[in-house]
Amino acid sequence: MNYSIFYVLVFALLTFTIHAADTPVSFDSPIDKQRYEKLLEELRCLVCQNQSLSDSHAELAQDLRSEVYKMIVAGKGNDAIVQFMVERYGDFILYKPPMKPTTWLLWFGPSLLLFVAFSIVVMAAKKRRAAKAPLTDEERQRVRKLVEPDNH
Amino acid sequence: MRYAIPIGVFILLVAVLAIGLRLDPRYVPSPLVGKPLPEFSLPTLSNSDATISSNYFTDRPRLLNVWASWCVACRVEHPLLLDLAKSGRIDIIGLNYKDARTDALAWLQRHGDPYAQIVYDIDGSLGIDLGVYGVPETFVIDRKGIIRHKQVGPLTREELDQVVLPMLNELASRP
Repeated sequence: MNYSIFYVLVFALLTFTIHAADTPVSFDSPIDKQRYEKLLEELRCLVCQNQSLSDSHAELAQDLRSEVYKMIVAGKGNDAIVQFMVERYGDFILYKPPMKPTTWLLWFGPSLLLFVAFSIVVMAAKKRRAAKAPLTDEERQRVRKLVEPDNH
Repeated sequence: MRYAIPIGVFILLVAVLAIGLRLDPRYVPSPLVGKPLPEFSLPTLSNSDATISSNYFTDRPRLLNVWASWCVACRVEHPLLLDLAKSGRIDIIGLNYKDARTDALAWLQRHGDPYAQIVYDIDGSLGIDLGVYGVPETFVIDRKGIIRHKQVGPLTREELDQVVLPMLNELASRP
């Protein structure tokens, strides 16, 4: 008996039961299904804050998934669905926060830090290059003493 | 002197991390504060034939407290709500969230009932409209039905004394 096929079947069954915990969804068009899956990736579950709606098994996530499903079936656009969520839960529900003054630090902070770090490296390199003066005769003598044991 | 910059950076880092530790990552500012209570019309907990609607929230400020019998943290704030109800300072309206009617009624029998009215939201639809994500939650609603404050998680004595009660006094003094 081929065990790898056996394991594939076992794991297929496992994922199936996890998905079955949710109310099954079915869409008229594959585009709607794609929209549904994409929206669930973009929306955050507020109970398990580091999981998207599609990842989370929290009951609230199940409710919000079914809410998204109902709105897609009702023919609502992506913007309307996202707006529905933001009106209730705030920008926090979006994995990609909107650009506005309160989120500028979030959006530009990393580039700012990179810029600061780069400037520090450039300044340090310049300083080091300036310090690289040639050795004096006296220093050469000392180096020679150190590297040649016979001179002791 | 040559260590001034590394030590400065270190102190700055410690300060930033210390502030970060004090922030509550579960606190999410609600976009609903300043907006009217979402419209609803739902049965009451004690009587499935009687309905209560958003129009109920007029003429004086009220508290709306979201709770459930399965919610362990609700037991923590419950004595505080009972005290507040007994003081007669304000009506507390309960929102029973995704609960079985018999469980909810039994829970009230056991722990006491501080609520003037209880809205029964079995499928959590009003909960979604209110942006509920962590039961218990408490909303301060003014006399025009506008949400003034939202508290996520159990109400504590400090929050009640320092935030909720002063706000209620201020709302009551306004025409």
